[in-house]
Amino acid sequence: MTAQLAPRIVRPRWLTLPLMIGFGLILFWLLATVAAPWMTSYAPLDMVGRRLQPPSWDHLLGTDALGRDVLSRTLHGARHSIPIAVTVVFFAVSIGALLGALAGFIGGIVDTIIMRLVDVTLSFPPMLLAMAVAASLGPGLENAAIAMIIVWWPIYARLMRAQVLEVREREHVEAAVASGATQTRVLTHHVLPLCWTPVLISATMDLGQVILLAASLSFIGLGATPPTPEWGSMISDGASQFYSWWVALGPGLAILTIVLGFNFIGDGLHDYFDPRSK
Amino acid sequence: MTRYILRRLIAMPFLVLGIVTLAFLLTTVTKGDPLTAIVSDRQMNNPEVVAAAKAKWGLDRSLPERYAIYVGNLFQGDMGTSFITRRPVAQDVLHRLPATMELVIAAMIVGATIGISLGVLAAYFHNTAIDHASRLFALFGSSVPVFWLGLALLYVFSVQWGVLPGPGRLDARAVAPPTVTGFMTIDTLLAGEFRLFLDAVWHLILPAFVLGWAVAGTISRLVRANMLEILSREFILTARAKGAGEFRVVVGHALRNTMVPTLTVIGYSFAYLLTGAVLTETIFSWPGMGSYAVDAARGLDFPAIIGVTIVGGVVFLLTNLLTDIAYVVANPRVRLG
Repeated sequence: MTAQLAPRIVRPRWLTLPLMIGFGLILFWLLATVAAPWMTSYAPLDMVGRRLQPPSWDHLLGTDALGRDVLSRTLHGARHSIPIAVTVVFFAVSIGALLGALAGFIGGIVDTIIMRLVDVTLSFPPMLLAMAVAASLGPGLENAAIAMIIVWWPIYARLMRAQVLEVREREHVEAAVASGATQTRVLTHHVLPLCWTPVLISATMDLGQVILLAASLSFIGLGATPPTPEWGSMISDGASQFYSWWVALGPGLAILTIVLGFNFIGDGLHDYFDPRSK
Repeated sequence: MTRYILRRLIAMPFLVLGIVTLAFLLTTVTKGDPLTAIVSDRQMNNPEVVAAAKAKWGLDRSLPERYAIYVGNLFQGDMGTSFITRRPVAQDVLHRLPATMELVIAAMIVGATIGISLGVLAAYFHNTAIDHASRLFALFGSSVPVFWLGLALLYVFSVQWGVLPGPGRLDARAVAPPTVTGFMTIDTLLAGEFRLFLDAVWHLILPAFVLGWAVAGTISRLVRANMLEILSREFILTARAKGAGEFRVVVGHALRNTMVPTLTVIGYSFAYLLTGAVLTETIFSWPGMGSYAVDAARGLDFPAIIGVTIVGGVVFLLTNLLTDIAYVVANPRVRLG
């Protein structure tokens, strides 16, 4: 009886289970990005106990080779990985969308030059190209970020160009041209506003993949430098302390859950927009 | 169709030149100084040593000059000399390519087998626990960092349970057979060493699974979507009405009709596998191109970095070309101008 009287929270139709799990995971890591210092009882760089202690009540995920608390470092890791991923995607989208829109709108030789550059860049396995560029630029997260932007922008250029080519054929654009709008005005007021949505959705989904790539670069020593609590380099520490399995456990689960969060959302959106696959 | 294939083939040399140019530019026009890899810290203060090193490795020339020399040498199969191994880069890369190919092919077999089976099961048992489990499997596969998964599985299966071997291509005590193809599984058989062959296969299981998981996930999603559509078609109903057994209906009729998109996605997964191989090889001490690339990047070995990047790009380009052509040939409904 009470169950019937209690107010029921109605779940909106679009909010499927995969989407809820995805949002939950991302929210947790966003919270960690903002509030890591208040979520942990140790500073990420301090030696707070004996070295290589297995997990215990004092150190839920144990301590690493320098006696630092793995849980604190893992939560603080979000403060490096998430901003880097957002920065990389932001610049990749800005550069890619600008060049893609120009290629699609102007066409001709501009289109050819930009799209050949896109083709060639996308001809490399992403990890290899990112490694080569990051190594040439020197270690450090900023350089790794530049390398990832170079690898990533062509994806958005291709997407944006396809969008522009599609939208510019619509009737309202024809009407704008007929009423005497300049080329720039047609592009900025009539074409671009209708192109953003797919690019932004795809960019959000890509955040997880960028986090993975950044961690991979750090893992092989081309990204974050010690003692930064970055997940990839923490797993690298764990690899050199192979028998202390807990050193790599926290950062590994961190990458897994955050990327899983983005993939759950992507999967849920896919179901929503493409009901055939249900 | 012939025109399409011809056009793709004609574009190839230009794309390869583009790959070479971009790899050269991106690794050269940066602030990284190759001298730090050649000259020891103490001798950096000695101008004579620095000048001699610059002259020896051609670093005193202008950029266009260096580019022209590089491309010229490349035409003769010369990619320069590695700073670290002091051997020709082309020789190093060729020497290591088979190990990577063996790993990637094994991962592809593992990924395709698991992916197709899961996809078929998920579609057949649509919206049941099996379907949801296969979806979770796919999502985890594309989310887990391969380098961490490799470490974790090595720890569990090799150290804790001792059921699978540790890193490397063969048992540490085993004597490797003479290199013929560079594929350990083939070379051991050629040498008539059947036990070594089993050992090589045994060592492939973990890295191939680590690398193949994500691919298995992608394939299973695609097979599932296609199977769902095809299982609802009328010719399936006809087959059932004529009394064909369920296995025959699912595998003989439905799965056969999903093979074109499935083969295509397997072909394109090569890019992922090459990228993943870099990290998998590092974890499993696999002497392939990936671990060579990592060593080169860590040691600022510029000739090796450029060489590996170019070879990776060309291999990638070729597999995508082959997949595209195979798709057009296998699917007469696709018409490309």
